[in-house]
Amino acid sequence: MSSMQFGIFSVSDITQDPTTGRTPTEHERIKGWIAMAEKAEEVGLDVFAAGEHHNPPFFSSSPTTILGHIAARTERLILSTATTLITTNDPVKIAEDFAMLQHLSDGRVDLTLGRGNTGPVYPWFGKDIRDGIELAIEHYALLRKLWTEPVVNWTGKHRTPLTGYTSTPAPLDGVAPFVWHGSIRSPQIAEQAAYYGDGFFHNNIFWNKEHTERMVRLYRSRFAHYGHGEPEQAFVGLGGQIFMKPTEREAKERFRPFFDVAPVYGHGPSLEEFTEATPLTVGTPEQVIEKTLTFRDYVGDYQRQLFLVDHAGLPLEEVLEQIEVLGTEVVPVLRREFDSVRQAGVPDAPTHAARVAAAKEAGTQLGEQGSTWRAQGERSDLDTGAAIARQGGEAA
Amino acid sequence: MTSPRIAVVSAGLGEPSSTKLLADRLRDATLRALAGHGQHTEAVDVVLRPLAQDIASHMLTHNPSEALAAAIREVVDAEAIIAVTPTFNMSYSGLFKSFFDVIEEGQLASIPTALGATGGSARHSMVMDTAMRPMFSYLKAQVVPTGVFAASEDWGTDSGLERRIEREGKELADLMVALPRRREADPFDESGEAFLSFEQMLGHA
Repeated sequence: MSSMQFGIFSVSDITQDPTTGRTPTEHERIKGWIAMAEKAEEVGLDVFAAGEHHNPPFFSSSPTTILGHIAARTERLILSTATTLITTNDPVKIAEDFAMLQHLSDGRVDLTLGRGNTGPVYPWFGKDIRDGIELAIEHYALLRKLWTEPVVNWTGKHRTPLTGYTSTPAPLDGVAPFVWHGSIRSPQIAEQAAYYGDGFFHNNIFWNKEHTERMVRLYRSRFAHYGHGEPEQAFVGLGGQIFMKPTEREAKERFRPFFDVAPVYGHGPSLEEFTEATPLTVGTPEQVIEKTLTFRDYVGDYQRQLFLVDHAGLPLEEVLEQIEVLGTEVVPVLRREFDSVRQAGVPDAPTHAARVAAAKEAGTQLGEQGSTWRAQGERSDLDTGAAIARQGGEAA
Repeated sequence: MTSPRIAVVSAGLGEPSSTKLLADRLRDATLRALAGHGQHTEAVDVVLRPLAQDIASHMLTHNPSEALAAAIREVVDAEAIIAVTPTFNMSYSGLFKSFFDVIEEGQLASIPTALGATGGSARHSMVMDTAMRPMFSYLKAQVVPTGVFAASEDWGTDSGLERRIEREGKELADLMVALPRRREADPFDESGEAFLSFEQMLGHA
């Protein structure tokens, strides 16, 4: 199994191509994502991660629908998210949707949880942005319960209570999908990831390395504090942003008009300044390799590297070309180079098969797909009070 | 350990700038008064004009240039601030406001602060009380009672400008000695008091 996973992630923006003035339709962009995912698998990438948004100009409101479709059209690609909104989505629906996706994809699914920073989305979904951290903590605690306990009795502050609730389908092979906690700025989320021994995904694409280093260092230190292993045994994922052509001059000439008016950072710093300050690389495949290899210098050996390749109005043909170069010229070298310097004892990137094997060994697997789940469920269903008492006893 | 520092923020656009001139005078008065308290203090000038483009970029990307990051660090690490702006449209200049807008919330809480402003005539002098003080109140800075406004004519006539500068410098020095700033703890420091452990977040601790 590969020690690191490489892939692409997308925010799903629908942006005018500034060089032609043409804006793709939602339908074109949605179908474009499918083509990107298929291309990613074809050229040997490991991961396709879908963003989630509930406001134009973004289209990805329903990630598990689109990932389910991609699952049917691919065989090896891991389907992930960037991010799944743990604050405004109902954790019960997240538990159900991703367990279903796990079954459909035969275990090729994990997810990255995030809070979302679009103010109005919270009230649209009946929440308050000031509760963001609290929602992330409470909702995830419930999500874990739903994936690890056959019958859930739960009360909390932000959701209606559950009594005698069984989330269906049960996770594939009785093992929940791997969870990454995504955070750009909040030490509380690094702490949350560390507490559970889950992964920490830091989307560093707009940030300098000092900030990234500080976030990851805190996560690793707290991962060890909570007894999950040494700091270097924690699970770290990073972002990246690239645009490649055979020469640096061609790459910059072609990408600059997109960069200059891009959502988020357009009309701001120059391409050169942004390249200097952040992970952005606009140049040759060799330059992308060189810059990406430096990430390890400040976060240590890590497990997942995702690249943003399709935003700011870049036309699909060009995006597919980027994925092709990434898969054929860049990632094979990155795999080799990262592996050659990787310290002993650093865990491989998480996969369903490895997690099932580990759960079998640790005795934490929930039994044959659904059968133990059902048997335990039947017992607990009879007496909710006893189930609550038993859970209380387990917690103590 | 370096000597305690005062950050002198000036947002003048001219070169030379009367805003910078007022900032320099306030700085010198403060250092003299501190010397009277037996304190050796250093002052560092944070001139905003050369940072104007970096500040705009930072607002768009959250990514400070090295020069801007250094300027922000000078201000949030200082023991006191002297902040001086020209008056535009009845308020501080946009550049002055934008600089403080890109400093993270809470970073200036309790910092002793002296304010100054410049303008074409004394009719603009209310900028100190209608614009500057409310902003620094929001930032939870401790602002000294005197604020010096220098109109163009003050630089030529004996209008008591020098006396007001001396008084404000003395007030800032007294405040620094009597009520030095309390530092906000670093939320990334796991042994520090601002760090929130997961048990605390769950409400179990």
